[in-house]
Amino acid sequence: MRTLLYILSFAALVGLGFWAYQENYRTKQIVNEAERLQVQISQARARLGVLKAEWAYLNRPDRLRELAELNFTPLALMPISPDQFGRMDQVDYPSSDPVPAPLVEINNPVEVSTMSMQEAGQ
Amino acid sequence: MSAPSLRIPLRPLARILDARQRGENPDAIEKENLRLRHEEMRDRARIRAEGRIVLLGAMFALAFATIGLKMWVVAESEPAEPRTSIAGSSIVAQRGDILDRHGRVLATNLDTFALYAHPHQMVEPERAAQELASIFPDLDQDRLTRDFTGKRRFVWIRRKISPEQRQAVHDIGEPGLLFGPREMRLYPNGALAAHILGGASYGEEGVHAAEIKGTAGVEREFNDFLTDPANGGKPLQLSIDLTVQAAAEQMLYGGMRLMNAKGAASVLMDAKTGEIISMVSLPDFDPNDRPGLPTEGHPDDSPLFNRAVQGVYELGSTFKIFAAAQAIDLGLVKPETIVDIKGPIRWGRHSIRDFHNYGKELSVADIIIKSSNIGSARLAEMIGNDLQKQFLGQLGLFEPTPVEMVEAPSGQPLVQKNWTDLTAMTVSYGHGISVSPLHLAAAYATIANDGKRVRPTLLVQDGPQDGPQVLSYSAALQAQDLLRLVVSEGTASFARIDHYSVGGKTGTADKPKPTGGYYKDKTISTFASMFPAHDPQYVLIVTLDEGVETSGSEPRRTAGWTAVPVAAEMITRIAPLLGLRPEIAPATLADITLTSQ
Repeated sequence: MRTLLYILSFAALVGLGFWAYQENYRTKQIVNEAERLQVQISQARARLGVLKAEWAYLNRPDRLRELAELNFTPLALMPISPDQFGRMDQVDYPSSDPVPAPLVEINNPVEVSTMSMQEAGQ
Repeated sequence: MSAPSLRIPLRPLARILDARQRGENPDAIEKENLRLRHEEMRDRARIRAEGRIVLLGAMFALAFATIGLKMWVVAESEPAEPRTSIAGSSIVAQRGDILDRHGRVLATNLDTFALYAHPHQMVEPERAAQELASIFPDLDQDRLTRDFTGKRRFVWIRRKISPEQRQAVHDIGEPGLLFGPREMRLYPNGALAAHILGGASYGEEGVHAAEIKGTAGVEREFNDFLTDPANGGKPLQLSIDLTVQAAAEQMLYGGMRLMNAKGAASVLMDAKTGEIISMVSLPDFDPNDRPGLPTEGHPDDSPLFNRAVQGVYELGSTFKIFAAAQAIDLGLVKPETIVDIKGPIRWGRHSIRDFHNYGKELSVADIIIKSSNIGSARLAEMIGNDLQKQFLGQLGLFEPTPVEMVEAPSGQPLVQKNWTDLTAMTVSYGHGISVSPLHLAAAYATIANDGKRVRPTLLVQDGPQDGPQVLSYSAALQAQDLLRLVVSEGTASFARIDHYSVGGKTGTADKPKPTGGYYKDKTISTFASMFPAHDPQYVLIVTLDEGVETSGSEPRRTAGWTAVPVAAEMITRIAPLLGLRPEIAPATLADITLTSQ
C-alpha cells in the first residue's frame, strides 16, 4: 500500500514537472509574440504619425495656394467669394440619370512613407 | 567518544570492591565517573551548538549575499521595461499634437535622429571630419578634426538630421559616428499662426531621448498638458481655423505692404463664444526655426513680438463707442440727443480739438459717425470719472487679457494712475490709455454679444459664454446701430462692401515718441468692426503700424484710408470661409423694393 502511494506521488511529480515545463515555454512564446506585436504597433503608430505630418505638410495653405496659381490654366481655381453662395431654388438638380458614371477605382495605391519601404525591404 | 552508546556505570563494582579493600571512599569513584560523564555531555552539547551557530551564520551569509547580489544587479543592469506590460502602448507620443478647430494639424511630432560621435571608437577621425563637413556645409571641418582627435570622448554633432543625411553619414562607414533617436516638433504649416503656437526646443538631452519643451505661445502655456502621460498623447484643440488664419495672414500681409506699414495685427473673434478664430501679427517667423531674441533695435519691431497680444497701443477713436454706449446705457442721452461741441476744450496746457471743425453742436450719433473728440469728451464729462472707469474695467481694459498664451500677462494695458477729469476726457477718445488689439476685440465682442461680457479664449468652446451683462441689451443694440452708421455714412465708408453689412469704428492715433510727445507723421490706425452688422457674429480688429496711403496728392494716414480698406478686403475674403451667407442689410433691401415699385 505504501509502495503504491510512493509510486503514484512520484508519477504525479513527474507529470506536474512536465506540465510546468510546457506551460513555461508556451508563456515565453506568447510573451515573445506580444512583444513582436507591440513593436509592430509602435512602428505602425510612428508611420501613421509620419503620414499625418506629411499630409498636413502637403496640404499646407501656402502650398495649395501656389499649386492653384501654377495650375490656373487648367483648373481656374479662385478663392471662395460671396458670389458663389446661392439659394436652394437656384440649384439645377439632374432630372434622372439612369446610368451612373462609373467610379474611378484605385487599385494601385502609392506608398510614400520611408517606413513602408523599409518594411518591404525586410 | 569512540563508543558513546556504551554507557560507563557510575559505580563499577570491580573498582568499588577494590577501593573498599584499600579502605578508600567508594563515593570518590562515583564522583569521578559522574564528572567524566558530565564533561562528555558538555562537549557533545558544545559541538552541537557550534554546529548550529555555523549553520545559522551560513544562512545569514547566504541571505546577505543574495540581497547584495540583487542590489548589484539592480544597480549595474540597464533598465528595461517589463516585457509583458501593456501600459507602454497607451503612450503614443512624447508630446501631444496641436489641432485647429476642425482637427487639422498645427503642430505634431516627427521621429528623427540626432548625430553624435565617440572619438575613441573612431578609425579615421580626419576623414570622418572631412566627410561630415561635406554633408553638413555649416559644420567647421577644423573644429570637428580637433574634437575627434583630442581628448573628448563624446561630441554632439547635430540635434536633428533628415533620413537622407542619416544615410549619407552611414555611408561614411565610421564606427565612431552614432545615432540617437529623437522626436522633433514639426509645424507643417510653416509660419502660419506662428505667434499663437510659439515654438519648441529641447530641454534635457540624453543619447536615447530628449525632452521637448515649449518656448512660447500655447506650446509653453500648455506644456504640462501636452507632456502629461495621463493624457495619453491627447491633442490640444485650439479655436483657430487654419483656412481663415491663412486667408487673414495673406490679406493682412498684402494690406500691410500696400499701406506701407511696418507692422500689422488682426484679431478675428467669435462674438458669442469669445473664440479667437484667427489672430495675426506681422511680421512673423517660422516656428520650425524660431529666431533668437533680438539683440538690436526696438524689441517691439522683432518678428517674435506678438502685436495682437503683447503690443499695447493708444487705439484712438475706436474707444468713442464705449463712451456713447455707456451714456446711452445710463439714460443720459439718446442717439439723437444734441451735444454742444464748441471747441477747442482747454485744460491746463492741453487742448482737445477735432480733426475737422464740425460746427457748434452734433447729435450723439453724429459724434460717433464723424468721430468728434470734443463730443466724446463731453459725453465722458456727463458720465463722470468713476462710472467711466468702472465700465472700462468691466470690459476688461485694465488687466491683461485672459487668453491662454504665456505672453498674455505682458500685454498689460497702460493706464494713467491718476484718473483725473482730463484723463476721463482723453480716454473717451482713446488717448491716455494703451491696450492691445485683443483687448479691443474682447470689448467690441461685448457690444456685439448684446452687452454680455466676452472673454477671449484660444480653446475651442462648446457654447456661448454666459458672461455678466455689463451693458444693457438695448444700449448694446443702439451701439451696434451707431457702428453700422459709421460705415454707411461716416469715416469708415470703405467698409461698405457688397454682400455683407459691416459695422465698425475707425481709430487713428499718433504714435508716442520714446522721448515724450507724439510723432506727427507716424500713426497707429485701427478699424474695429463687427459683421454682419444687424446681428453681429464676428468681431474683426485690424491695426496697421505706421500705415500710410500714398495714392493721393498728399499722404493719408487716417484709419479710414488705411485700416478700413484692408479690413473690408479681409471680410470679403473671410466671411465666405466662415460660412456666412452673403446678404444685404434688411434696411437696404427695403429701399430696393421701394425704388422698384
